Amino acid sequence: MKKADSPVIVTGLRKSFGKQTVLDGIDLRVERGETVAVLGRSGTGKSVLLKLLIGLEKPDAGSIQILGQEINGIPMDALNEIRKKMGFLFQQSALYDSLSVAENVEFPLSRHSKLSESERKQKARQLLQSVGLERDLGKMPSEISGGMQKRVALARAIALDPEVVLFDEPTTGLDPITASEIADLIIKLREERQITSIVVTHDMHAARKFSDSMLMLKDGTIRAQGTFEDLEKSRDEFVKRFLREAA
Amino acid sequence: MPYVISFFEWFGGLGTFCARMAKSAFSRPFEFKEFVRQLDAIGSKSLPLVALAGAATGVVLSLQTRDSLSRFGAKSMLPAVIVFSLIRETGPVITGLVVSGRVGAGIGAELGSMKVTEQIDAMEASAVNPYKFLGATRVLACILMLPLLTLAADFFGIVLGWVANTLAEPVSFQLFIQNGFKAVTFNDFLPPTLKTAFFGLIIGVVSCFQGMNTSGGTEGVGRAATSSVVLSSLFLILADVVLVRFLLVFFP
Repeated sequence: MKKADSPVIVTGLRKSFGKQTVLDGIDLRVERGETVAVLGRSGTGKSVLLKLLIGLEKPDAGSIQILGQEINGIPMDALNEIRKKMGFLFQQSALYDSLSVAENVEFPLSRHSKLSESERKQKARQLLQSVGLERDLGKMPSEISGGMQKRVALARAIALDPEVVLFDEPTTGLDPITASEIADLIIKLREERQITSIVVTHDMHAARKFSDSMLMLKDGTIRAQGTFEDLEKSRDEFVKRFLREAA
Repeated sequence: MPYVISFFEWFGGLGTFCARMAKSAFSRPFEFKEFVRQLDAIGSKSLPLVALAGAATGVVLSLQTRDSLSRFGAKSMLPAVIVFSLIRETGPVITGLVVSGRVGAGIGAELGSMKVTEQIDAMEASAVNPYKFLGATRVLACILMLPLLTLAADFFGIVLGWVANTLAEPVSFQLFIQNGFKAVTFNDFLPPTLKTAFFGLIIGVVSCFQGMNTSGGTEGVGRAATSSVVLSSLFLILADVVLVRFLLVFFP
């Protein structure tokens, strides 16, 4: 695969909050259709990395190229054009609590697609069907479980047929069976839609299942990068301990 | 010193927020559906409370001023006192304060809750401008609805003022209205009613700003709701002082 085709290229990324440096020179390249798991202890800047990639946070230094376009410092309209080709699954799902399940999925479609109302409803139904929630269209987010909320959020994240999807701890707080089902959905996305994914997770079991490669963050830098087998061969004490504790 | 810095930071933030919202409010695409929803949430749903507050004010004005005017032998001036007092000052200010309590708390809590649960981030990540969708629609609805709600408060105040007056000393509604509005001019009615659009701007902007800048979980949501009401009421009263002076100069 050509390197120029990489949908996500991050170079020398730095981000601080006050005196606390969260990311300190991150370099990352994700190839088309690849799923990368980002691992690390809590508070190491994994979620911040995702927010930087979609422009919700601004970096102090470095370059972020999404789908061949630099997003650091570009006008909001241009950034929004790139965001339309991206999806983001939030840690707490972030469903709009004043809208029903179906309306949540329809929300990006009603703003950015030229589909008629009936076509939007049909597409929302199909998306919810693909995540196993076709019977809960009219329910409000508060009426469904955390696992179901994650699925709705996933359906909403892929509503505009994005090329890149960012997942922030998609399996955290879920029972093992639901977590496994979410992991299966991520695999299905890659296989059926060739979506490029970056998944922040603590769940090593799920990460092994859905990721092509992994990277481990510590103290704002990448400590290890590669397949699970590559990480297992690492001599870094932190990496060894992380894998041991996650086993 | 940190308080002074925070004070200026807050005003700086508010200025930037206003600029972003003004820019987004007048650029396409317009969020017409959400705007209509907010007109209903802010306008129609505030109507009963505003009507009640206006009616109570009319009754109190009637009861209080009847006695005072009787002492000076000016009881016949009672309808004019009620009408003038309501349409020039009491109606607009009562409406502003009631709406700042109900709507200000509602906007602060709703947007604050959306902020801490990352719903506003989710909206931004979906390439939807939250300043336009959440902010501009609410501010414009406040601006449009405040003068209309003021009319309702004035109406119920005058009608209930007549009822209270009639219970003490029967007088026909026609005569009451005739006496009350005999000396009323354009300058007594329209400028004070329209100044409430500025109250709406204050309530909308302050509440949206407090809500969209919430931090600190559920406690932060509570703080956002409280500060929305306190700050919008405070700025509303201060703005009223300036606007009354302004109106007296330009619409004597």
